[in-house]
Amino acid sequence: MNHMHPHHFGSQTEASPHHPVVAELTDVLKNEPVNEEYYHLVVRCSPEAAAAQAGQFFQLLCPHSGEAQPFLRRPMSVYGMNPQTRELEFLYKVTGAGTRGLATLRPGDQLDVFGPLGTGFTFDPSWRSIVAVGRGAGLATLAPLARSAKERGIHVTAILSARRPDLLVSVDLFRSFGADVVTVTDSRQTSGPANVERILRSLIAENRCDAFFTCGSSRLMRVQQRLAHEFDLPGQVAMEQQMACGIGLCYCCVRDFNVDGEIVSRRVCWDGPVFDLKEALP
Amino acid sequence: MNAVESKVDLSVKIGGLTLRNPIMPASGTFAEGLEKVLDFDRLGACVTKTITRELRTGNPLPRVVERPGSLINAIGIPSKGVAYFLEKTMPHYAGYSTPLVVSISAPTAEGFASLAAELTIPGITAIEANISCPNIEEDGKAFAMRAESTEKVTRELRKATNLPLWVKLTPNTGEMPDVARAAEASGADAVVVANTILSMAIDLKTFRPCLGNVMGGLSGPAVKPIILRQVFQCAKAVDIPVIGCGGISNCDDAVEYLIAGASAVQVGTATFLQPKTMTTIIDDLERFCAHRDIGRVSDLIGGVVIEEADEPDLAWLDPIS
Repeated sequence: MNHMHPHHFGSQTEASPHHPVVAELTDVLKNEPVNEEYYHLVVRCSPEAAAAQAGQFFQLLCPHSGEAQPFLRRPMSVYGMNPQTRELEFLYKVTGAGTRGLATLRPGDQLDVFGPLGTGFTFDPSWRSIVAVGRGAGLATLAPLARSAKERGIHVTAILSARRPDLLVSVDLFRSFGADVVTVTDSRQTSGPANVERILRSLIAENRCDAFFTCGSSRLMRVQQRLAHEFDLPGQVAMEQQMACGIGLCYCCVRDFNVDGEIVSRRVCWDGPVFDLKEALP
Repeated sequence: MNAVESKVDLSVKIGGLTLRNPIMPASGTFAEGLEKVLDFDRLGACVTKTITRELRTGNPLPRVVERPGSLINAIGIPSKGVAYFLEKTMPHYAGYSTPLVVSISAPTAEGFASLAAELTIPGITAIEANISCPNIEEDGKAFAMRAESTEKVTRELRKATNLPLWVKLTPNTGEMPDVARAAEASGADAVVVANTILSMAIDLKTFRPCLGNVMGGLSGPAVKPIILRQVFQCAKAVDIPVIGCGGISNCDDAVEYLIAGASAVQVGTATFLQPKTMTTIIDDLERFCAHRDIGRVSDLIGGVVIEEADEPDLAWLDPIS
């Protein structure tokens, strides 16, 4: 068991990873539904865009279609990236004007992307085994952890939660990188915080949880925060918020964080979207 | 493509200050993050987010909502105060040769003046006074709503600083030319026309306002014809330079403002959609002038052609009053 000091993410000085950020037109290679709610979008992009880190996001200029006339770009976390093939993947749920526009894209179309933006997940070289807990759209955000962790020789146990088994995404992707996957769903009544806590406690007892990584559920985040304090474990959470600029200019995506008892306002786009689990507030 | 071997003189004068070109950011849409995609040394000026003396947390969320061709924001000027600005923000711009214009706000004329005095230091080139904020001495009505309150706050500011003083007006007044004249008469070196237009949006699922602050300021392409008209009116009303700000997304928009009478322009919301908008406009502006054999971009200023027979009806020049 490692007793790492919690890492401080998202301070002003650390918020600018010196990776290039590009605004460019990409070529749509694929844009297909993967289940009743989610689409899988793959684009060909520059090497700079494909060098995105797990947890980072892009601002997508979503096409207009009929009634759907999105004005702002839409932030979308990276689902997959491959610098060799210069491919970038997104997994999105069609919910509003932006994603309805995205769903109209066909192979051969172009998509204007801006990124990679924000601070991604980070790894401590001493970690052997981490746990990723995601729900809903958070599953897409956590997915690229599978590859990143494997590249660093870190084992992943993924606890993936959804309303129904057919809405679980990223299961095969996690398994393809050697992760252990536990699925929990509302329909099978396995997704409640008590059951997830039970699973996490047994992973901690087996020394298989050097750190928590989570996205997509405040309830599950609170369970992990409690366990992180109890067992002095570090953790990271990817947070969402409505955004306008995506690069820290406009202060529309702020959230409150508890930093050593003091409430601090941070910009999700610039100081995050990945934050210290223990400082996050629901 | 960078501007190379240019024969076009892009420089403009704002009072005693010469800018290398007329393109600069609008306050509140510019910060260090933009460095990742564009070179600040190409801009005419850097304009900071408005700072206040007091710490401000800003408005409740949601802080923005989009509408066709526009954005409504009610951010609420979150500010970490003067000390934070001087220690953390300002050094960031020290490495650039571009003039740093600091936007300030305060709830009283005296507050404006003391803040301007404190910021009259090396490294700051000009002060932009955001007088579109509520004036607590006038029941919360923005200073720039009326000529009298504009005159008072500008006079206090003028006494407090010898830096070039730009006064940013609100488009929400029906007396804009009078307000601009009041700013000029009390010592402003330029007026910025304008801030956002007071507006509102309602969510039909919940019947609640879309913004945490209920009302907010409209910006983006939708406001351009309105603000362009105000720039035209103000440029006729005053002899000091007018800096246009409202819905500029491309070179054509910028040129339209210049020929309406603006000496320079600010780009805001467009940067959220295309982060390189400002440098794209600078490149395109140079091409626009070269293509038309215009040697100096300043020759465009106020170049709108209005035949005597086309003089607008005066009633339409001031439709609100």
